[in-house]
Amino acid sequence: MKIEIIAYGIAKDIIDGPSLSMDVVEAVDVGTVRKILLSAYPALKGLASLQLAVNAEYVKDDFVLKENDEVVIIPPVSGG
Amino acid sequence: MSLSKEEHIRYNRQIILPDFGTEGQQKLKASKVLVIGAGGLGVPNLQYLTGAGIGTIGIIDFDEISLTNLQRQVLFDTADVGASKAVVAAKRLGQLNPETSFQVYQEQLTAKNAMSIIEQYDLVIDGSDNLPTRYLVNDACVFLGNSLIYGAIFRYEGQLSVFNELQKDGTRGPNYRDLFPTPPPPEMVTSCSEGGVFGALAGIIGAMQANEAIKVLADLGNTLSGRLLLFDSLYFTTRILNVKSNKENPVSGDNPSIFSLIDYEAFCAGPNGNLKDQSLITVSELNALIDAADSPFLLDVRELHEFELSNINSVNIPLSELKNRISEIPEDKSIVVHCRSGQRSQKAIALLKEEGFNQLKNLEGGLLAWKNEIDHTLEVY
Repeated sequence: MKIEIIAYGIAKDIIDGPSLSMDVVEAVDVGTVRKILLSAYPALKGLASLQLAVNAEYVKDDFVLKENDEVVIIPPVSGG
Repeated sequence: MSLSKEEHIRYNRQIILPDFGTEGQQKLKASKVLVIGAGGLGVPNLQYLTGAGIGTIGIIDFDEISLTNLQRQVLFDTADVGASKAVVAAKRLGQLNPETSFQVYQEQLTAKNAMSIIEQYDLVIDGSDNLPTRYLVNDACVFLGNSLIYGAIFRYEGQLSVFNELQKDGTRGPNYRDLFPTPPPPEMVTSCSEGGVFGALAGIIGAMQANEAIKVLADLGNTLSGRLLLFDSLYFTTRILNVKSNKENPVSGDNPSIFSLIDYEAFCAGPNGNLKDQSLITVSELNALIDAADSPFLLDVRELHEFELSNINSVNIPLSELKNRISEIPEDKSIVVHCRSGQRSQKAIALLKEEGFNQLKNLEGGLLAWKNEIDHTLEVY
């Protein structure tokens, strides 16, 4: 199934754009997607402790994804 | 708190709003708001809060106005360059609204002064420009029971939320540590001076902070408490995420472990980044070493565009590229790392330590100090 990765802040630099589509197996959980992303983009390691959100909710790593879900990476931003 | 005839006229366009009324105006007049940082976010906050008739506004900023500020900090004039931000802001804002009184703090907010300053206010606006201050402000507001209006900007993007707001059930809404329990490594956090920032975006996020602050103070509508707004102005997308209170939050969770302010620089610097553990070299010490036989390897970790404008004949590897270009750094020489002010070099040294380098020194005060004390012609902004 297809899911969408949405990146903000510095994560956008790392995945080289505001979003990317990913093909994953059915019923994959967020923790697995996190691992796939880390191996494809080792620079995300610095953000490994971030909570990920799915659609409009922050979720834990055992959250199970469904088709077309959006996994959102939101690093803290310091500028003011 | 009654309103004069002139105040009724001045605030007429909001007094006639449904739900606002004279009562809303009186609440604003009785309110005290502290604005942390008179920069990209602080300036629009200050302008709209002053216009709206907040009774007392505190402005804390230790910095001076620079030419690079004026692209987004449009309260200031070109002739103000070099003057204190907090002082000039209070003067201009006093002309906008003489009904508001201003308290000016020309100092840095620290763990030492934060509690005694913040406790004098009802609500705090975070317009700071670094992570340690953001955690400091958050914790102080949690300890003191203040609402905190959070805003942060990066390049074309902004974040906005309302933290620690008193809920109808008597509890407090989520705070910064519910959103970001642990700071990422410093090299993953970019400031406006490194990453750039869109001018009008600062105005948009700052004005939205002021809007939320006024709603909290006048008890209007629904605020962003428990929600985080993400705004990407480049692709024009907005997203609102729900934020929940985390039971494990060390300042506000079920079993809190932090009861007073901590060392936030160390907290955000990571295991190798504690400034106290890093050795420093002053600009005059470095100047004396430069022509010596065993002169150190000079590593400038500013961005290329900054380096090209002006440099001290160093090798340039921007902090953002350092990890991938480690092989360009000699392992057998002592290394003096420098940047604009000494902050990025601190992060770079933490990273180099992790890679096994140990003869590292940070140039104290960075190239700004070099410009002040050694070479006035250096172009550093």
